[in-house]
Amino acid sequence: MIPSAFDYVRAGTVDEAVAALVAGGEDAKVLGGGQSLIPVLRLRLNNPSLIVDVSTVDEMRSIVDEGSSLLIGAAVTTDAVMKDAGVQADIPLLAITAATVADRAIRHRGTFGGSCAHADPAGDLPTVAQALDAEFVIAGPGGRRTVAAKDFFLDFFTTAVGPDEVLVAVRVPKLGAGWGVNYQKFQRTAQAWAIVGVAAAVKTEGGTITGARIALTNMGATPIRASSVEAALIGGPATIEAIKAASASAADGTKPTSDTHATADFRSHLARVHTARAVAKAAGI
Amino acid sequence: MMHISATVNGTHRMGEVEPRLLLVHWLRENLGLVGTPIGCDTSNCGACTVLLDGQSVKSCNMLAVQADGSNITTIQGLGPEGEMGTIQKAFKECHGLQCGYCTPGMVTAAADLLAENPDPTEEEIREGLHGNLCRCTGYHNIVKSVQLAAAEMRGAK
Repeated sequence: MIPSAFDYVRAGTVDEAVAALVAGGEDAKVLGGGQSLIPVLRLRLNNPSLIVDVSTVDEMRSIVDEGSSLLIGAAVTTDAVMKDAGVQADIPLLAITAATVADRAIRHRGTFGGSCAHADPAGDLPTVAQALDAEFVIAGPGGRRTVAAKDFFLDFFTTAVGPDEVLVAVRVPKLGAGWGVNYQKFQRTAQAWAIVGVAAAVKTEGGTITGARIALTNMGATPIRASSVEAALIGGPATIEAIKAASASAADGTKPTSDTHATADFRSHLARVHTARAVAKAAGI
Repeated sequence: MMHISATVNGTHRMGEVEPRLLLVHWLRENLGLVGTPIGCDTSNCGACTVLLDGQSVKSCNMLAVQADGSNITTIQGLGPEGEMGTIQKAFKECHGLQCGYCTPGMVTAAADLLAENPDPTEEEIREGLHGNLCRCTGYHNIVKSVQLAAAEMRGAK
C-alpha cells in the first residue's frame, strides 16, 4: 500500500531533529534507515503526521573509538557495523550478530541504533546491547542524557526515548582479551525473525569460566539477561556438562509469549537448549 | 512536494515528489522504469531490489526523498543500452528463471554480491540472495546462474 500522507523534515543536525520533533508533537516519528518504520507506514499500522529523517545527520553516521568503548552513531548501518574493523576486533559479539540480521539489502539501510530504538522483542541487536551493558545517548529539548541498557528497553516496542527525543549513539564497551562469543538464532526460515535467540560472551582461563554475559531474544517484552545462568557458569569448569547444568535456568524469570510460531513452553525449551549451545561455542568447546 | 534529483542508470533525473512516495513508485511511475517490479508489502521478497550508490536496497522500503542525490542502478541499467549484462546472460543461459517476476531483484542482488565477493561458494550465494524470494522454487538454477556469471566476470578481468 501507499503510506498515508505526512510532512517530512530532513534533519541536518541532532538539534534540528529535536526541534522538528518538539514542533511536531506526539504524532512525529523519527526515520533512520526505515527498514522497520517504512513497512509499518506501508501497512498503515501507524500514520504519523510528521517524519523527521535523521539518516543523513553526520554526527550519527560515525563510529568513534573512546578507548574502553566504541561510540556507534545511531544512523550507522548494520552492514557498516558488521564490517567495521574496530567492531570486529573489540566487540565481535556485535559483528557476528549483525551479520545474522535480515538480509544484505536490509542491512545496507537498517541501523544498529534504529533496531534498538524500534525495540522489537524479536530483534537481535537489542539483545547484544543488553548482554554487553551498552549505554544509549539520547538528545532532547533539555539536552543530552545517557541511559543504561537495563533501563532503556521498557516494553514491547517501547524504550526510554521520549516522543521529543532522538537516539544519537550507542556506547558499547569493548570486551577485552580472552572472551569468546556466539549468537544462536532459532528461526523458521532463512530471513524470519528469531523465535528465540541467545547472545553469549564467555571468558575462560585455564579451563575455568571467569566471565559470562548472556542475553535472550524474544523471551519477553524486552531483551533479558540470563543472570542466573551467568552466576552458575562463573567459577565453574568450561565443560559441556557444567554448561548444560547452568543453562537449565535460562528461562527462569522470563515471560515468553505463545503465538502461531511457538508456545511459551517451547520457547523456554529453546532458550535452555540454545543457551547451552551459545555458551559452549563461545567457550570454544 | 519535495524536489529530488538522482542519477538513474547513468542519466540525471529530477522531480517533485510527495514525501510518502516510495522509491520504487518514483522509478516505475514517474520515470517509467517498470523493469523493477513490486512483489510484496512487507519488504521480504526482494523483487524490487536496486543498487543505491552501489549497494543493494529494497526500493519499496525507502522513500524517494531519501534517494535524493544518490546514484541508482536498476535492472534496466545493468547492461549496455538495449543489451543484457553478464549476469542477465548467465540467467538466460542457465535457465535461472521460470515466471521471471523475482528475476530483476535476483540479478540486481547478485550484482551487489559479486561486487563484494567475485568468487562466492554455493553457500555464500544462497546466503547472499536469501533476501530474494523465488516462488517457482527455482533456486537451484539461480545459484548456477550466479556461479556462471561470477566465472565470466572473473575471466573478463
